[in-house]
Amino acid sequence: MTSAPKEFSAPGMAARTAATLFIFVIVFTGLLSGAYLWTKPAIEASAAEEKMKLVNEVLPSSEYDNLLLDDTVTLPPTPELGLAEPTTLYRARKDGQPVALVFEAVAPDGYAGKIKLIVAVRADGQVAGVRVTQHKETPGLGDYVEVKKDKNKAHPWITQFTGMSLAQVADSEWKVKKDGGRLDYYAGATVTPRAVSKAVLKAVKWAEANRNQLFANAGATK
Amino acid sequence: MITRDEFKTIAGNGVWKQNTSIVQILGLCPLLAVTTNMVNGVMLSLATIIVMAVANVAVASLRNFIPHEIRIPVFILIVAALVTVVDLLFNANLHELYLVLGIFIPLIVTNCIVLARVEAFAAKNPPLQSTFDGIFMGVGMLWTLALLGAMREFLGSGTLFGGIDMVFPSLQPIQILPESYPGFLLALLPPGAFILLGCLIAWKNWMDARAAQRANRQPPAPVATAGCH
Repeated sequence: MTSAPKEFSAPGMAARTAATLFIFVIVFTGLLSGAYLWTKPAIEASAAEEKMKLVNEVLPSSEYDNLLLDDTVTLPPTPELGLAEPTTLYRARKDGQPVALVFEAVAPDGYAGKIKLIVAVRADGQVAGVRVTQHKETPGLGDYVEVKKDKNKAHPWITQFTGMSLAQVADSEWKVKKDGGRLDYYAGATVTPRAVSKAVLKAVKWAEANRNQLFANAGATK
Repeated sequence: MITRDEFKTIAGNGVWKQNTSIVQILGLCPLLAVTTNMVNGVMLSLATIIVMAVANVAVASLRNFIPHEIRIPVFILIVAALVTVVDLLFNANLHELYLVLGIFIPLIVTNCIVLARVEAFAAKNPPLQSTFDGIFMGVGMLWTLALLGAMREFLGSGTLFGGIDMVFPSLQPIQILPESYPGFLLALLPPGAFILLGCLIAWKNWMDARAAQRANRQPPAPVATAGCH
């Protein structure tokens, strides 16, 4: 590697090697921090964009005029929503008036573990939209709760919840037809839609009970 | 600069003679985990090509400043830092591609192919040659993983190009066997990967032996590698 080996005493050799390693560490740590700082704004922007894309699916952006990503409340772990960890809740407003709450919920009893949802509930208690964000349901069987996997492209299963509210639909109706409710399902996979329906009902009830307090809450400004 | 012959040797070694997956048997861990379908195998290999080219050129340029005694920690430092930088740059500038390749880039840090090439080639050769070495070692990995992924996917679930819609949203996987094909779970699990990889190695050795017989030569001796998998 290096040219003719010069004679060094052992401590001298050790010091020289340590110094070289130290310089390499400094240089590459510097490179790493530089790259991190340089890419940070772009990465944060695309993360925010992704979040907004998801939120836009459950709540049309024309319905509110505040900066949704800045108007948030950090929810502590909420068993009513199946959440074991703190999550972020977004508050949509128009002209300062409450429009809707957008938050996460988890259906703990899917066929293959947890099904993660994002739910938007309007200020009048109506469901604005529900989407599945993460699940491990059987491909081709229970995974139709995810819009992308649903064969019915015109009216995906998950859009049935849109417009439902506790005032219009009795508790006993928030179930798949097999269980005496009003929600459609595909034969052969009832566990998944059953779990999702239950979680959505719980989420709507939770929003109903906590809405005023959540909108009044000063919340976390970024 | 690089001569034609040098280039040919580097390309031949990378793609066939010292193929990382079926001759050096390196990087088995990501190989087993990722090749459950062809698209994943190709994507991991593409990410590896990029990282290997970058790591090789960096080490080759700095090789005269790295004391022999501490070369391994320095190589690891360089590779780890560069992989992270590549990861960040991808995320910031090529976000669409990052969403597809992104999950594979952290896997590469643990992949000893990168360190093996840095140690075996880039530490002893000029930057240009080292860049090509990185690229062609990656190309060798690409076709091997694509073939292995295709075999596992075909046997395991009867499809090809599963997951292609993640890369090109307009394309759909091809169902080759009838929908009623029950699937062959073994092919999708790690043991199936070992068995099929063994078949690939046997096929490669058979091809080499046949070529050697035709040319009336001794078959090439197997390449001995360090115990890093």
